[in-house]
Amino acid sequence: MTKTILTVDDSRTMRDMLHLALSEAGFRVVQAVDGLDGLDALDAAQADVIITDINMPRMDGFGFIEGVRANEKHRGTPILVLTTESDVAKKQRAREAGATGWIVKPFNPEKLIDAIRRVAA
Amino acid sequence: MDPLAAIKVTFFQECEEQLAELEAGLLAMEEGDHDPEIVNAVFRAVHSIKGGAGAFSLEDLVRFSHVFETALDRIRSGAIEADQEAIKLLLRSADVLADHVRAARDGGTVDVGRSQAMAEALAALAEGDGSGEAEADAGDDFGDFEFKPVAFDMGEIAAEPAPTSATFNVRFYPQAALYQKANESGLLLRELTRLGDIEVELDTSGLPMLAELNPEDAYLGWTIAVTGENLTETAVREVFEWVDGDCYLDIAQTGVAAPEAPFEGASIDAMGGEVDVLALIRAAQEAEIAPAPTATATAITAGPAKQKEQALDAKAQATAREASPQTIRVDLERVDRLIDLVGELVINQAMLAQRVAECGLQRASSVAVGLDDLEHLTREIQDSVMAIRAQPVKSVFQRFPRLVREIAAMTGKEVRLIMDGENTEVDKTVIERLSDPLTHMIRNAIDHGLESPEDRVAAGKPREGVVRLAALHRSGRIVIEISDDGRGINRSRVKQIAVDKGLIAPDANLSDEEIDNLIFMAGFSTAATVSDISGRGVGMDVVRRSIQSLGGRINISSRPGQGSTFTLSLPLTLAVLDGMVVTVAGQTLVAPLTAIIESLQPKAADVKSLGPNAHVIAIRDSHVPLIDIGRSLGYRTVTPPPTEGVALLVEGEGGARAALMVDAIQGQRQVVIKSLEANYRPVPGIAAATILGDGRVALILDIDAVMVPKPHAAGATTSGADAARPASASELPLAMAG
Repeated sequence: MTKTILTVDDSRTMRDMLHLALSEAGFRVVQAVDGLDGLDALDAAQADVIITDINMPRMDGFGFIEGVRANEKHRGTPILVLTTESDVAKKQRAREAGATGWIVKPFNPEKLIDAIRRVAA
Repeated sequence: MDPLAAIKVTFFQECEEQLAELEAGLLAMEEGDHDPEIVNAVFRAVHSIKGGAGAFSLEDLVRFSHVFETALDRIRSGAIEADQEAIKLLLRSADVLADHVRAARDGGTVDVGRSQAMAEALAALAEGDGSGEAEADAGDDFGDFEFKPVAFDMGEIAAEPAPTSATFNVRFYPQAALYQKANESGLLLRELTRLGDIEVELDTSGLPMLAELNPEDAYLGWTIAVTGENLTETAVREVFEWVDGDCYLDIAQTGVAAPEAPFEGASIDAMGGEVDVLALIRAAQEAEIAPAPTATATAITAGPAKQKEQALDAKAQATAREASPQTIRVDLERVDRLIDLVGELVINQAMLAQRVAECGLQRASSVAVGLDDLEHLTREIQDSVMAIRAQPVKSVFQRFPRLVREIAAMTGKEVRLIMDGENTEVDKTVIERLSDPLTHMIRNAIDHGLESPEDRVAAGKPREGVVRLAALHRSGRIVIEISDDGRGINRSRVKQIAVDKGLIAPDANLSDEEIDNLIFMAGFSTAATVSDISGRGVGMDVVRRSIQSLGGRINISSRPGQGSTFTLSLPLTLAVLDGMVVTVAGQTLVAPLTAIIESLQPKAADVKSLGPNAHVIAIRDSHVPLIDIGRSLGYRTVTPPPTEGVALLVEGEGGARAALMVDAIQGQRQVVIKSLEANYRPVPGIAAATILGDGRVALILDIDAVMVPKPHAAGATTSGADAARPASASELPLAMAG
């Protein structure tokens, strides 16, 4: 069964990178461009794992995570946050909002798949 | 292209967009806009560049954007205030960031000193309120910023050459928060199996009676013994990194010193060697009914998979579409190929129309009507395809704020740049080739046009000079205006220079407009000293030539003490041209319609002879030279009587007029331009070629070149010019497309 990953990032570069790495690893990828777009895409995507950026226009990653956790149908979906090593405070805030884990940028494909494996059966 | 290289291209494209956004945001802040979303957008732009740069290991770019980002983050959080000084620093930093981006893209280098100085200034800005946090985050050498791989500690492994087995006892008691964040105990246990062999004991003692069981709560705990070669506590702890704080966790090494019995009833052995981890996962999931939607969702969609998945995909894409403008990336080559083909289609359609007309069919016949529809459709296709190549002039305009800042700093002038109509669209090629002439004119406007702040104040003007750049569409062309509110053209000086350089006769009686236009003459430069800014050995004549090569015109109007305005008028596309098809000495030529003012039948009384081969014609109140195209292109040596032909009154770029003698007018037509230089070689007097409806090649006249009197037209060649002698129109093998 192909797993679906919803990626939420306003950067085209990052979306493309994720898409490349994930589709090569056999995942189906659905993309959203910011938090609001990500919330809109939840039902259609039926994602097994969500990967989200923090800094985005319209709705940032914190708002998005809270939105997912407040959504009866999707609150159990693991959410991985894209952060940099130096974003200690942001990691903490993301965890408070309900993030499952994080992926440290820049990631290589193995790290990415490792991270997904840690949250998806 | 390899996919990663393609993403890199995207990254640099995105960088340009982010840089534009960054600058726009900073400029808005400079204007006093305090909308927090602007600061956020500015921060995001730099953050985004940093993120991508990290992915491609562009170290210098990462380092600089990190320091930049840190400063912006401090502003965003309100820790430091963005006053005018700070914003100026940020703007200059944006310029340096742009340098870094371009250096990373093109493999160039940046001004290290400037970059370093800017980074230090940014770090100082970030530390503005003296709080220690910023210092820790962006120290002097910015060395704190590095990417640590989330992996095993190689150092510890290397320190111990011989593999030794180590066992860790882990007591892991999740809390409800762990499951609320969608972490799964079973998956964490599975992760532990990657470190070595594990023995697990499940503690169900916390489970309440079923009636009291809250599916959202956590009741189970595990005790795990992990044994692996060179296993470290760090590696074990890392498995639980994401759940730290959401569980009770105790990790202790056994077998080394046995620090106090780890926990009671060491029943690990009692479990018996083999542990079925998956069974444990299942047990865990069954016990915690609530947070298992992943598993159920998977099960449900397992049935009619394909169709549903596609439908979902489409829906997801539709939602994504609403949020961002829908675009696709297409190779420019493909677009150009399409444009070329459409050009052929236009020609083909014209040929077909001509053939049908020759058959003598009635206008109302179904073939003729169908052909009309085809013509209409062809036009529409052509317009649509041209629109693909159209881009907003923004892409070239957005370079100018930086240019203006730099020149202002170099000249010590205070300048405000106002830009209008940035979204006006024009062909990509036109845009690309506009950059140099516009840059030159803006340099001129600041360097020569604007006065120093002191002079401005003395003249009763505001200290800050204004340079305005505007683009608009006007009657099928794009018009670009560059104006300044400076001192205007010093006409007496311009005229004096022109006289000194022998460009005009000392006693020439010129109108103000004619004097202003002298600056476009080759070899004219008003700057007393060639400065760094506007020097570079090119004058306005070069600007004019490059605008003309785009089929454009340039004009200047100036008012002493109030400033000057340069007006460029350019075609929207370089691929087609509205032309007047004429016959000259048996040849078919095309004159660009934009140059033609009117056509008339010369009367004998109006034509005056000034010599054997020089005539003028009186048109209303003025006399203009009458030029025989057939003779100037070398098609014939004897000019037929002017009264037997037609005269086209044309206007050159500089406003000079002439009447061109042709034998007959065939009609007006939109023609597809085919470069002669690319397919043959440059021909004086000819701008390009086209293919007509009947398949013949017709040459497109270069009006300005034809208007210039040729002193050596009678076959005398200038010495030394032979090797590079361009072909003359009469030698062209016109049968080539027969």
